[in-house]
Amino acid sequence: MLVSLKWLKDYVDVEMTPAELADALTMAGLEVDEIKQIKPAFTGVVSAEILSVKPHPSADKLCLCAVTDSIQTYPIVCGAKNIKAGDIVPLAKVGATIPGGYTIKSTVLRGEKSDGMLCSEEELEVGDDNTGIMQLPPGTALGKPLEEILDLGDTVLDVSITPNRADCLSMIGIAREVAAITGKKIKMPAGEVCESAEDINSITSVKIIDSDLCPRYTARMIKDVAIGPSPVWMKTRLEAVGLRSINNVVDVTNFVMLEMGQPLHSFDFRFLEEGRIVVRKSIQDEEFVSLDGKSRKLEADTLLICDGVKPVAIGGIMGGLNSEVKDDTRIVFLESAYFNPSSIRRSARRLAMPTDAAFRFERGIDPEGVLAALNRAARLIADLSGGKVCKNYIDEYPAKVPAAANIPLALSRVNAVIGTAIEGSEVIRILQSIGMEVKENEPGKYSVTPPTYRVDITREIDLIEEVARLYGYDRVPVTLPDVAVTEMAAIPRLDLEERIRTVLTGNGYNEVINYSFISPQSVDYLGLTENDERRRLVHIKNPLVEDQAVMRTTMIFALLDSLKKNANNGCFNLKLFEMGRIFLNCGAGKLPEERNVLAGLLSGTIGEDLWNYRLNVDFYDIKGCLDNLFSDLKTGYCRYVAENPEPFLHPGKSANIYLKDSKVGYLGEVHPDVKDRMDLKVNSYVFEINLDMLVSHTTGEVTYKEISKYPAVTRDVAFVVDSSVQADYMLDIVLRQKEDLLENVGIFDIYAGKGLPDGTKSLGLRFSYRSPDKTLTDLEVNNVHERIVHKTLDLTGARVRS
Amino acid sequence: MIAKLQQLEKDALAELAAAINEEQILAVRTKYLGRKGLLTGLLRNISQVPDEDKPVFGKRCNEVKDVLNSKIEDVLKLQSSRKKEDILLKEKIDVTLPGRFVPCGRIHPVIQVRREICAIFASFGFSVVEGPEIELDYYNFEALNIPKDHPARDMQDTFYIEENIVLRTHTSPVQVRVMEKVQPPVRILSPGRVYRPDSDVSHTPMFHQIEGLLVDKGISFGDLKGILTAFLKKVFGEKTVLRFRPSFFPFTEPSAEVDIRCVMCGGQGCRVCGQSGWLEILGSGMVDPAVFKNVGYDPEIYTGFAFGLGLERIAMLKYGISDIRLFFENDIRFLRQF
Repeated sequence: MLVSLKWLKDYVDVEMTPAELADALTMAGLEVDEIKQIKPAFTGVVSAEILSVKPHPSADKLCLCAVTDSIQTYPIVCGAKNIKAGDIVPLAKVGATIPGGYTIKSTVLRGEKSDGMLCSEEELEVGDDNTGIMQLPPGTALGKPLEEILDLGDTVLDVSITPNRADCLSMIGIAREVAAITGKKIKMPAGEVCESAEDINSITSVKIIDSDLCPRYTARMIKDVAIGPSPVWMKTRLEAVGLRSINNVVDVTNFVMLEMGQPLHSFDFRFLEEGRIVVRKSIQDEEFVSLDGKSRKLEADTLLICDGVKPVAIGGIMGGLNSEVKDDTRIVFLESAYFNPSSIRRSARRLAMPTDAAFRFERGIDPEGVLAALNRAARLIADLSGGKVCKNYIDEYPAKVPAAANIPLALSRVNAVIGTAIEGSEVIRILQSIGMEVKENEPGKYSVTPPTYRVDITREIDLIEEVARLYGYDRVPVTLPDVAVTEMAAIPRLDLEERIRTVLTGNGYNEVINYSFISPQSVDYLGLTENDERRRLVHIKNPLVEDQAVMRTTMIFALLDSLKKNANNGCFNLKLFEMGRIFLNCGAGKLPEERNVLAGLLSGTIGEDLWNYRLNVDFYDIKGCLDNLFSDLKTGYCRYVAENPEPFLHPGKSANIYLKDSKVGYLGEVHPDVKDRMDLKVNSYVFEINLDMLVSHTTGEVTYKEISKYPAVTRDVAFVVDSSVQADYMLDIVLRQKEDLLENVGIFDIYAGKGLPDGTKSLGLRFSYRSPDKTLTDLEVNNVHERIVHKTLDLTGARVRS
Repeated sequence: MIAKLQQLEKDALAELAAAINEEQILAVRTKYLGRKGLLTGLLRNISQVPDEDKPVFGKRCNEVKDVLNSKIEDVLKLQSSRKKEDILLKEKIDVTLPGRFVPCGRIHPVIQVRREICAIFASFGFSVVEGPEIELDYYNFEALNIPKDHPARDMQDTFYIEENIVLRTHTSPVQVRVMEKVQPPVRILSPGRVYRPDSDVSHTPMFHQIEGLLVDKGISFGDLKGILTAFLKKVFGEKTVLRFRPSFFPFTEPSAEVDIRCVMCGGQGCRVCGQSGWLEILGSGMVDPAVFKNVGYDPEIYTGFAFGLGLERIAMLKYGISDIRLFFENDIRFLRQF
């Protein structure tokens, strides 16, 4: 909320500088975001004394003046009649600017030189008088800038008011806080109304049908108003806080809203059919044209202010075009009411009409301040428009708005929660400084009744907060809690994630974070089949952009998108990984299933930065990284099964990953079709692993095996097999023979081509034999080795390549 | 004879010192110690020495022989090590050529900050807990004292899945879920992704929060100040100046925003702190009794505090990043800097 310091000073004395005030408010919980200066609408206008006034030789209506600012004397041609020698007046010197965009120049009027301009109040927009040159008090120092003499300009604080402080959405609200901080007294504005003989009750009536939405409705009638511009003092105040001046009636309703926090509405009484007001809920699809000229269809239970026939305002949100105050309005029906906060909020949101009035009503205005604002506004309208306020007011108050009273407060509790040793007298002083009534029932036990505008205060803790903030958070001593040590069960997956980060970054992979939402088209880009569970998308009802409209069901798409963005920047060689969640729709009304997932991407070449080494990455690079990872995580034996796992992977270069018998993920080259669809040019490989499953395979248990002191003996054998036979198959057969002396077996060579029949290949296996307790003899090695080789040949139908 | 012997020793040592390679050294050895060498010759003529001098002469001869032998040994060793050195020097390479390595990957800066913060709070005894990112309205709002149709909902714009299912706007719902299951004392930290529909240089529709909660008997606002002061000094340095400023969060009361003196300008006022000299770092407060009631804790017995902070904001201050969107663009040139 914008707070004009000048306006604020109408209600409380402020001796601090704007910066000090801003700091004090901020530290009391009213955060000042910005301090703005408002300058007057003119520059270069100073006080000057008229030395002489002579008639203009060739123009009856003009005169020639000699004017001094005590430094220099200026000849001025002037048309005003109210000036004489000795007057002190505002002089706009050559070079001055005045409202309307004029710059004063040296000129010649009807043959006489004129070096400046004497100004009226209206010309400078410092007052409403346009009948003659503005007169400054005798004795005013000469040559002084007018803004200094008149104390023009303003400082405006932009205060952000938290949703609980409805009472601070007004100048008086802020003034109350300033008064509480500084110990000054509040000066309330004049609200006494001078009434005419005619009784409002003889002219109009108010009937509340839905008192749950409108617990209180008050009204006044002002007759014989003359609509016109508002006086300058009001205009400058409204403009300082960002409101445009409209006329002397509408401005008053805005002014009093900003002054006291009570939104008001003025109707032109002549448009109220049957001359009365009825407050009711709307019926479904009822149409209404609001002040902004827009026609709106209302949902049922929107609160309407109606006349005897039709709606004339959306209660608490905006008035109607059909009953607004116009230039020829003579009778004003003035409304000041209390509306149900949640009803206003619902309607304002539904209608997308976050008006100043709705903003205040939904936060809760002072139900007992309704009348004071009504009277203040009626009086101001009468003062500014020459109208007469009718006798009496209407106050329909069918549903008393509950107000908190006698809230129990214990001093011990205050100090226990804040961590202080504040004296009871200080607590009482603080609460009284913000208008609370405090009764001390027994030492340290109080009953506190907050003022009715503090709708946020209903409980002891609310009072404690008031004490804390006004006592000063900075005065609360810093302590450390004395808490029993309790260990929550740790989340094993988080440790796993840290381990994975270490391994993958060590392998050169960079961690990325993608948005959890993606484009709904992503599943088509990936070519997922109709019954793929990853089409169970969770849709966001109000996404910012269509590309972020669904929650991801796989992390691959976003990684490919990252690749694309990087490739556009000329970075093709990427190693990326991400850990996060994917989301699967589980049907209406149910929370989606969230799975923790690790995904990675490898693209381009290895060694782009190296001067002597460069290689296109392939399947075995990304697989090797996973092997390395699983080995570090001690997951036990891991199998890669070529079962064409994913529609977005190359069918010949992809595999599912199994730990024990459960599939934990997949890896492979990105399918050329997907690359085409996503316009990816660089060779790329991805993997995705379910972390929740991986964690169950990661025991982290290590049992040390004695290192043998004796040497190993190796034997190499090349098996000629059908080219479809996979390395895993051969190794599996060897290992399943469970020969104790076989320490290790691995692939050392693969060959196909010349010298081998078509459709076959040679797989070179290296066997390593070792005993834990002796040096093996050739004979011993040969025995085992031949057993293994023969059995392998039997089981596989392979032959030994000679 | 003794005099001859002494002269011989002197000559031999001089010749050794003058020898410049292995050959010359070996020649000296042959000349003096060989079978026909000079020292051998002298010994052979021991008969010419008077009997009473013989023991002394013999002893001296052996001494000279030992001296020469050991000297020759030293000189030979020196010579051979010089030779090796020459060979090695010829193998000299350009050590300024870049090393060969698999470049290490980097951990995302937001995760690095999360690690650091979690580690600090782990040292204060806080355990990490988790909850769903897609959350029931009840946990995200209502249980946290943010009823429907309450203006406090304006503080957090929300992505909706259904009327009662939202993308969590903060990690605070996790505290409710934990408190529903666990009795005090509670000391938890809940990091994670959160979502709010907003996008500009200082907002992204997804970002990371850490929320902390401590509940026990006798916890005060002073304790909140103590823990958060200790934490912020660990993150931003011992000399960090803090201020606790009254604010409002529906689920805490009293509530406090915690600011630190601007790390860029030191409080003079700059672009980063919006000329205020202060940087808003985290929100905090004493858990509102209404929240305790919702989870079945007795607010007359237990008090506690909660706090929450945005990880991106901390990372931006730490690394001088001015656009929050960079964290999620995953530009490798950005990621490699951390």
